[in-house]
Formats: sequence, C-alpha cells, structure tokens
Amino acid sequence: MMKKITVKVNDKSVVVPEGVTVAAALYMAGETAFRKSVSGQLRSPVCGMGICYECRVQIDNQPHQLACHQLCREGMEIRTL
Amino acid sequence: MLGHRVTENYDVVIVGGGIVGAACAAELNSARLRILVIDAGKVGCGTTGASMGHIVVMDDSEALLNLTAFSRELWLRLAKDSTSACEYFPCGTLWVAADAEEMDVVHQKAKNYEEHDITVEILDRKSLYQYEPNLAQGLAGGLRVVGDCVIYPPNCATLLLQGIEVRENCNVCQISDNLVSLENGSEIRAEFIINAAGAAAPKLTAELPVEPRKGHLVITARYPGFCQHQIVELGYLKSVQKMEKESVAFDIQPRPSGQYLIGSSREFAGWDDSINRNIVSRMLTRACDYMPALKEMLAIRTWFGYRPAPMLSCESKNGGDKLPIIGNWPKVKGLYIAAGHEGLGITASLGTARLLAAEILGQSPPIDPAPYHPSRLFRENR
Repeated sequence: MMKKITVKVNDKSVVVPEGVTVAAALYMAGETAFRKSVSGQLRSPVCGMGICYECRVQIDNQPHQLACHQLCREGMEIRTL
Repeated sequence: MLGHRVTENYDVVIVGGGIVGAACAAELNSARLRILVIDAGKVGCGTTGASMGHIVVMDDSEALLNLTAFSRELWLRLAKDSTSACEYFPCGTLWVAADAEEMDVVHQKAKNYEEHDITVEILDRKSLYQYEPNLAQGLAGGLRVVGDCVIYPPNCATLLLQGIEVRENCNVCQISDNLVSLENGSEIRAEFIINAAGAAAPKLTAELPVEPRKGHLVITARYPGFCQHQIVELGYLKSVQKMEKESVAFDIQPRPSGQYLIGSSREFAGWDDSINRNIVSRMLTRACDYMPALKEMLAIRTWFGYRPAPMLSCESKNGGDKLPIIGNWPKVKGLYIAAGHEGLGITASLGTARLLAAEILGQSPPIDPAPYHPSRLFRENR
C-alpha cells in the first residue's frame, strides 16, 4: 500500500501518494495553470524536466520553484499563479 | 534583376538601425530629406537590443557630462511625448560607496553634477539603507541621481524609425565617396552617409579607432519590490576606465515587470560569440557581494553584446579621451560618423543625433561639438 501525505495547494489540503512531484500534486488538485507570464498569459509545464521553466510555483514562501523538479513533503505549502 | 548593378539615390543613407542610427534618422526626418536606414539584421537587434537601457548622466569629463546631460533632457521629453512605447521608468541612479575613500568620490561627483544643475542627493549610511534595505551591510553611503531613468532600447529604436524607410537584413560592404555598396552588388548614392554601425563601424571606415568591448547581462525572474533604483557600485567607474582585458562591476536595474537586470562585465575579446561562464560567474559573485539576497533568486537568461569602445591600442591617436566620435569624417566625401559610445550609446544617442544633424544641416550646434569631432583624431603633433 502506497504511503499518503498531505500538502496544501492554494490553502486547500490535498492528499497525494508519497514520492510524487509538486507538478503531479497540482494536477491531482485540479490546478492546470501554474503561473502567469509577464503579459498575463496562463502557463503550465511543457517539458516536465526542468528546461522550460513554465512550471514555476511558490513553495513554502519561496517564489519561482520548479514544480516538476521537487517532490512533495508532508505539510508543504504550494501556491500557483 | 539579380546580378545586375542597380544604383539608387537618397539624400541620406544611415548604416546601422541601432538606437544611434535610429535617432539620427528621426532627427534628420524633420528636415524633410529622403532617408534610408540600412541594418545588417533587424532594427535594434544588435548592441541596442543587448543593452540595459540605463539613461545616466556621467561626469568622467566635462565633455561627457555635457553630452549625457543634454541627451537625458531629450530622453525625458521623448518619454513624456510617447507615453508607454519607451517603457520609461524613472528609477534614478544610486551610486554606492563601499568605504570612506569612495565617499570622497561621492562628494566630488555631487559637486560636478550640481555645477551642471543635475539634481543629486548625498546619502549617508542610514539613508542609503532606507532607500535600498537589501544592500549588503557595512557600506558607507552613496549618491542618488534623481533624474536618471530606464527605457527599453529596441522599442525606442522602432519608435524613432516610425515613418522612415528601413531596409533590414541588408549587408553594406563598403562606404566610399557619396556611395554605399551593398553585398548584393547594388549601390546607393547619397549626399550624406552616416556610419552608425556600432562596434562594426570600423569594418566600413578604416582608421576608425573603435573596437568591440563585450559585456554580459543576466535577467532574473520576477521578484517585485527587491530594489527601487538602478544601483551601481562606484568601483564601476574604475572598471570602465581601467582599460583592462577583463573587468566586472556591480550594476543592477529594476525592470517595470519586477525582474532585475544584473551586470556588468567588460572584455576585449573581439567578436567572440560565446557566453564566458568565468566572467559571468565573477559578475554574479560581485553582485551578491553587494546584494546577498540575489543568491536566492532565479536567473532566467544570460546574454551578451558588443559595446563600441574606443580602441585600446589607439590611446595615442585620440589622446585617450574615451569620447564618442561624432561628425564629418574628412577622408571620405559625404561621410559622417556616429560611433564609439561604448556603454553610453543609449543615453547619448539623442544628443549625438542633434549634434550630427546640426553639422549636416549647417545649424548652430546645441552643445560644443569639438570634443567629439573626428577632426581631433587627425590633428598633428599627437
């Protein structure tokens, strides 16, 4: 049985399997727009491997973290846009 | 038509669609001349597009102060008239003094500026940190030049070229008496030719003592509110003036988007077209010395450009005055030069264009043109 952990996505608690990326957790929480471009366009991951930088979100108050590159930890606070 | 020699006629041909060429075109356009601007690539895609767009009054010499102060005035007027196109951002410049010795420089600079009616504010340690709390601890103070500002250079080049005929992706291979020869074999006759090709200007005008001085910039992701001014270390002046092969100095610019441009580096490396990781690393280390929180920031892009700098080996020729070259070039009929601005091409472009237009149209110059005129390179007894 896979262990579950709880993270916060835009102040909402979400239960995800341990070992998933922040990007996966965001999709599980129904979030598809991760950030906004300078001109206000909605953006979400393109490459999934740390090249495109479109997956940037705020994690534990740190802006511009790569959601595709970080694994979820218990109690992590994630913020999109 | 391929393979045939075509000859066209214009009153003015400007070689180079960077900010300097664009400013010259805009200035002469009001005189109702038939003007053609030629660029080897796209308008504003060379040094202009790679630059910071810092409009700054520099007091290295009386002549440089006159040219940059006059030009800044013209920028403020243009920015007011053109609303958002310039992306004008009145952030001012904050020169940071690291120690007591550099505070002496602050006082000297303040005196220079005030004598030319440039408004400045001398900052002690306390007021320095009130303005910019993210600066590293232990700095001595600074000088705030209130009227300096930031614009977005490629947009300004496009704005200045509105209504002017421009030929892009067009290579000029030679400039001779009243004649511009293109790589495709055709020729253009012109009464006036302006070589505003930046660091490439000497490729078309032999003996022009200008060479590329490469510089890198880094841009961060958005972190709104991190700093309010364009902040430059006073050691920057040493970095510019020391004609070393490589040097770096701390320089940061807040963009209206909440991003930060981080510089600066200076290298005599010819037309080398690769990122020099070593110098970028030195540049960023220097920046983090002055603003330690930069270490936590994400840099999203690094690039470089070629400043059109006074030639290192030519100090004897221009007396080492390190000033741009603006005016009639005596060795080629109809040729005028607007080049050699090094890192001040964006700032000085509008003043340069006024000076050149005055000479071409026979009007009285707005400031004394002699310190910048090519004739100083050909004086005897150098």
